Amino acid sequence: MPRLTPALLLGLVLLGAVLLAAAVPDWLAPYDPLAFDFTALSAAPSAAHPFGTDQFGRDILSRTLHAARIDLQIALFCMVFPLLIGGLIGLLVGWYGGWIDAVFGRLVDLVVTFPFLVLVIFFVAVLGPGLVNVYIAVACVGWVPYAKLMRAEVLVQRQSDYVAAGRVLGYAMPRILLRHILPNACRPVLVYAVTDMALAILLGSSLGYLGLGAQPPTAEWGVLIADGKNFFTTAPWISLFPGVAIVLAGIGFSLTGDGLADLLAVKK
Amino acid sequence: MTALLQIRDLTVTFATRHGAVHAVDGVSFAVGRGEVLGLVGESGSGKSVSLRAITRLLPDFARVSGQVAWQGEDVLAMSPERLRRLRGGQIGMVFQEPMSALNPVLPIGLQITESLIAHTDLDARARRARALELLDLVGIAAGPSRLSQFPHEFSGGMRQRAMIAIALAANPAVLLADEPTTALDVTIQDQILRLLRGLVDELGMALVLVTHDLGVIAETCDRVAVMYAGRLCETGDVAAVFARPRHAYTAALLQAMPGEGTRDRKLLTIPGQAPRLDAPAIGCAFAPRCALVRPICTTDRPVLQPVAPRQSSACHAAADLAA
Amino acid sequence: MPRLGWLVGRLLQIVPTFLLIGIAVFVLARLLPGDAVSAMLGDRASDATINRLTAELGLNRSLGAQLLAFLTAAAQGDFGASLSRHVPVMRLVAEALPVTLSLVAIATTLALAIALPLAFIAALNANRWPDIAIRAVFQVGLSSPVFYIGLILLTVFAGWLGWFPVGGYGESVSEHLYHLFLPGLTLSLSFAAVVMRNLRAAVLAVLTAEYVDFARAKGLARSVVLLRHVLRNALIATVTLVGLHVGALLGGAVITETVFAVPGVGRLMIDSIFARDYPVIQALTLVLAVLVSLAFLVTDFVQMWLDPRVGR
Repeated sequence: MPRLTPALLLGLVLLGAVLLAAAVPDWLAPYDPLAFDFTALSAAPSAAHPFGTDQFGRDILSRTLHAARIDLQIALFCMVFPLLIGGLIGLLVGWYGGWIDAVFGRLVDLVVTFPFLVLVIFFVAVLGPGLVNVYIAVACVGWVPYAKLMRAEVLVQRQSDYVAAGRVLGYAMPRILLRHILPNACRPVLVYAVTDMALAILLGSSLGYLGLGAQPPTAEWGVLIADGKNFFTTAPWISLFPGVAIVLAGIGFSLTGDGLADLLAVKK
Repeated sequence: MTALLQIRDLTVTFATRHGAVHAVDGVSFAVGRGEVLGLVGESGSGKSVSLRAITRLLPDFARVSGQVAWQGEDVLAMSPERLRRLRGGQIGMVFQEPMSALNPVLPIGLQITESLIAHTDLDARARRARALELLDLVGIAAGPSRLSQFPHEFSGGMRQRAMIAIALAANPAVLLADEPTTALDVTIQDQILRLLRGLVDELGMALVLVTHDLGVIAETCDRVAVMYAGRLCETGDVAAVFARPRHAYTAALLQAMPGEGTRDRKLLTIPGQAPRLDAPAIGCAFAPRCALVRPICTTDRPVLQPVAPRQSSACHAAADLAA
Repeated sequence: MPRLGWLVGRLLQIVPTFLLIGIAVFVLARLLPGDAVSAMLGDRASDATINRLTAELGLNRSLGAQLLAFLTAAAQGDFGASLSRHVPVMRLVAEALPVTLSLVAIATTLALAIALPLAFIAALNANRWPDIAIRAVFQVGLSSPVFYIGLILLTVFAGWLGWFPVGGYGESVSEHLYHLFLPGLTLSLSFAAVVMRNLRAAVLAVLTAEYVDFARAKGLARSVVLLRHVLRNALIATVTLVGLHVGALLGGAVITETVFAVPGVGRLMIDSIFARDYPVIQALTLVLAVLVSLAFLVTDFVQMWLDPRVGR
């Protein structure tokens, strides 16, 4: 019996919190995230600054809340583009099969030998640091799992009676794909996409930390952590709280993904 | 004849999300040296569960009550170490499906010798010799080369022989066999049954054979216990029960049985629905499908009682069946 | 011996894989927009410098000739000279690679040491509190970025407690181990989480197998049942997944090395990106892909060793 488990509930609550921060950071944040306050430099958490301030006196809570929008955007774009590209490739490969499928198999074998992060870094190295280039890189590299999922689903659905019937009736391939295969392939892809967004948050913040993703002064969790890394022993709150935000968002996405997998009876 | 293994009023319930399932309900039987007892019934009748309850092989959520006595010793109260020595040491067990009961990634030789390590203090050389002897005993030729082979390199019949060899490794006094021939084709079935019967006669073991096949009972067993819906219907000597069943269910089973010489022994069908185990019948569990049903059958549960020398039945129509 | 044939065949497969990796790296470097020379030299280079470098890199030849030259050179370990450090790329790689391999080896050892027992404890107590606690902790670990874990461990154990050095690699083998322990632990945690999760599921599946019941029915000691019959079979289901994770492990090593200032392949790569040291990046990408394909090979061999059904 699929049901709302405590784990799924927790995941949804965490996701809701991140979404809320991303939607209306100005309402929630007590300060302007970029405003300097020279009376409170590197101040420890207090009633005035619950998460403390950084070396320029900027309020960490406000910066962490504002960063949610960027990190959520990263999670979304790092999922959507690979999903569209991979979905299309998987659809075509699964439908046509034959030598296209064989080439696809070799290509997938090849792509998985390149460590994902290394390949993304390679792309960013050539294209230059920055979020747009990160999206391009992830789109070029991250389509593989979606293509594999979609291909597998198309292969299953192709065997089914209604698709066979559609072929016999002479329906055009796009119609069969759109009307029958896509709706069925949605569930596993959706489940994977939610889990993938947890990974995308990790990837985006890692690239931000390395200086290859979002560029300062954009408030992004990885960038915020990098900002505070040199003060970690003396003012740990500067890096600590943005990190907590990453962890909570990551848990939110993966618990929701796991819960959805159970609800939709998708084998992970 | 003293009983090696005595089961009294064995009851097994499984706690599930939808309530308790009464898989075995007050079953009693005994088996002695050199004796083959057949436990027969449809699937879901509780025969396999009863067998596994003897050596406490049921999952944690099973509740077992009643008494299992091994030579007077209470098995259900045994310490883990005493139970470990009982399993395989005094009571060997053979499963239905050798392909899934043998570990696919370990050589057959190791799967035999690990039993010997667990129950004997033979050294490596003696264990190997004993393993070869066991393979020979169950009719697997070319033992030495077989020891290093894996289950997938054996044929179905050979795998079942290997499993019997493993069960016999430590010279158990009782062998429990859970549908040992169901997964095999008919010719191999006969070979395995003859092997088991021969081992009982040769080694003086006791054998409890679970099956859904009356033909297997007729061919192999001395005594039979018929189960339905977790309850015992009838017990007695095979010849007597087959000649004069005293329970309506047994009678129906025998009637549905194909004649002598028929190769196809697939289970007999009796009209009606299989009983529900989550809501045990107030009266006789077989009443809804029984041709001889009478009012008392739906209100009073029949008790197993002697109906003839060495034959007991739990049927309100027992007296009528005798006529 | 059919298995020997399988083994040799699997070994030979590595040759086309290497070739494809080489071609892929070459194609990637040529396909991406912007030409490499101006990317390396920056915007203010003179035409003369550009022409000289173009000729030096052989970029004025046909693509086919360039590919052939690249592959033959790469096969001999020649990736040209580093633009920022003016030494052969291969020397940089050769210096950095053992460091990264040690880091990955330490991380793998720690991850298995952490994950194997905990996966077992979790599976044997499925859905009771030890299982829930273990899974919750690993869920946090799985959702924490490597650099964040690294920073925290670095601050607590090197900064505040002073038990470990803040970074670097040291001079002797024992110093290497000492320096790599914290980075190794950092890198191991996400890997441990993946192993734990998969192995727990595999153990749960194996525990319901008939051969486990049969092993118990044989009167084997609990430890024998668990180690010989449950663990071994559960590992077979896990090994492939673990092998597939090696790429992620190497990616994690890149970040870990940056956090802990470990002079390995990852830090060399990040440094080279900011120095626009194109040949180094190209060589490292290739080397890391080759490492992953070797890891897949090792995975297959381990799989064959564990499972007699493979390769027959």
